[in-house]
Amino acid sequence: MTFAPLGDHAVVVTLGAGVDDVVLNRVRSLVAVLENGRANGIVDVVAAYATVTVFYDPGVFNRGGGKTPYEHVCQVIGERAAKGDKGWPGLGQPERAGGDKGGLVEIPVCYGGEFGPDVAVVARQGGLKESDVVSLHAGASYVVHAVGFSPGFPYLGGLPEKLHTPRRATPRTSVPAGSVGIGGMQTGVYPLASPGGWQLIGRTPLALFDAARSPAALLRVGDRVKFKAITPEEFLSWK
Amino acid sequence: MEIKIHRGGLQTTVQDLGRPGHRGAGVPLSGAMDPVALRVANFLVGNAENAAALEFVLVGPELEFSQDTVVALGGVEWEGLPSWQPVAVRAGERVKIGAAKRGCRGYLAVAGGIAVDPVMGSRSTYLRGGFGGFQGRALHDGDVLPLPAVTRQLGDHWRIDARVLPAYSAHPVVRVLRGAQTDEFGAALFGAEFKVSPQSDRMGLRLSGAALVRSSKVDLISSAVAPGTVQVPPDGQPIVLMADAQTIGGYPQAAHVISVDLPLMAQLRPGDTVKFAEVSLAEAQKLALAHEHGLALLREGLAQKLR
Repeated sequence: MTFAPLGDHAVVVTLGAGVDDVVLNRVRSLVAVLENGRANGIVDVVAAYATVTVFYDPGVFNRGGGKTPYEHVCQVIGERAAKGDKGWPGLGQPERAGGDKGGLVEIPVCYGGEFGPDVAVVARQGGLKESDVVSLHAGASYVVHAVGFSPGFPYLGGLPEKLHTPRRATPRTSVPAGSVGIGGMQTGVYPLASPGGWQLIGRTPLALFDAARSPAALLRVGDRVKFKAITPEEFLSWK
Repeated sequence: MEIKIHRGGLQTTVQDLGRPGHRGAGVPLSGAMDPVALRVANFLVGNAENAAALEFVLVGPELEFSQDTVVALGGVEWEGLPSWQPVAVRAGERVKIGAAKRGCRGYLAVAGGIAVDPVMGSRSTYLRGGFGGFQGRALHDGDVLPLPAVTRQLGDHWRIDARVLPAYSAHPVVRVLRGAQTDEFGAALFGAEFKVSPQSDRMGLRLSGAALVRSSKVDLISSAVAPGTVQVPPDGQPIVLMADAQTIGGYPQAAHVISVDLPLMAQLRPGDTVKFAEVSLAEAQKLALAHEHGLALLREGLAQKLR
């Protein structure tokens, strides 16, 4: 576990070099530890791949003793991480790779056609038929490594290698909400209409983000995701 | 009680101090680009510092209030209304804020605060997400905003001492902390002059200058960013992330603007220039604590005047 400042109100905690299950479990553990009974002065916890960034109020961590607020917050994070929390071993104790899985969320997707204008691009890139793109994408299981870029946008790991496709040279100025895309070795879903450069292969009728809902984001870091192919009729009648 | 918007001005939005607590779900902080101007304007009308106010860019709105009230303009210098002092407004009187004479963003605080419904704990408008504030969008001519029915008495005419405010300038030297990839850019960020591009918005200020060249070609894995993060896309022209910045990013981070100097960035307009100077984290946090202390003293002092 290493600490580095991100400006004067945040600290980046790095929990490993790669993004395997061991690192993912450390990330989920630290997020759980920091969010269950959030310490006074901790404002936000943002997990992404092997890092957990903690936003804090320096005024609350101004505890003197010749140390800066940054040094105090690092100490608090280190202590909490070492102690662990309900269901999570403390860091440094024996780790359970892949033992403690996040929630499994199934996302229905209508692939191809007007909803997935880039299926042919992805098929050509992998030397596949368009129907193979759908069966490979819907057949794999994914894990959420980060949520960001826009509210509720999941960065999913686990995309089969044959589907890896570079982003579009020119991003689209508007991608419809619910679009399922591929960007390099990652796949994800655009929760809100926004500009975007990923190759679009389908669309889900599920709302991945709704500011009026609690929790607003459907997915969180560590969740497992499966996609399920649905027909245009099922898409239109989805409730 | 309500405010009628006769003219919306340029990108006038409802803003408070933002939406902390939701960055884990990818929701930007949002809130005032210049939080100091918003907080001081709120103090001047007797509001809590987090009350919702109007933020406008380069050209202000024209407004009418349904009841007598007190307003205050936070911002460097604007036509139509003096900055940094409470102003009594009569019911039916039109308040017309013109163009910014200096600075870029103005804040009009109104006694009681603007009473739009909070979304995820904040009244800030997040334009790209289309939520918060007034219908998730900038104000148009003819919009009507709700205000709580509060009355505040304004005793005499006074204004605050400008020395408690940030040292606003069209050509500031802005203090920064090192970022994760600072070393990969050598010393090119420090001391060089960068110009603010017209493509700047609430997500970030785009700068142009001598391109920053990264010595490493290693792709970075996305991690958190924050308002103040100076990120460098492949074209070498830095972007200083601001209030509506995304929560994570994968571009190299050349530096981070210290929190007390973010208002200086927020008040830059296209064509203004900025230079960066490095400070230590210990110094930045000392400045942040001293700044909060100064604002607390100001709030106490003003609370004596506004009863």
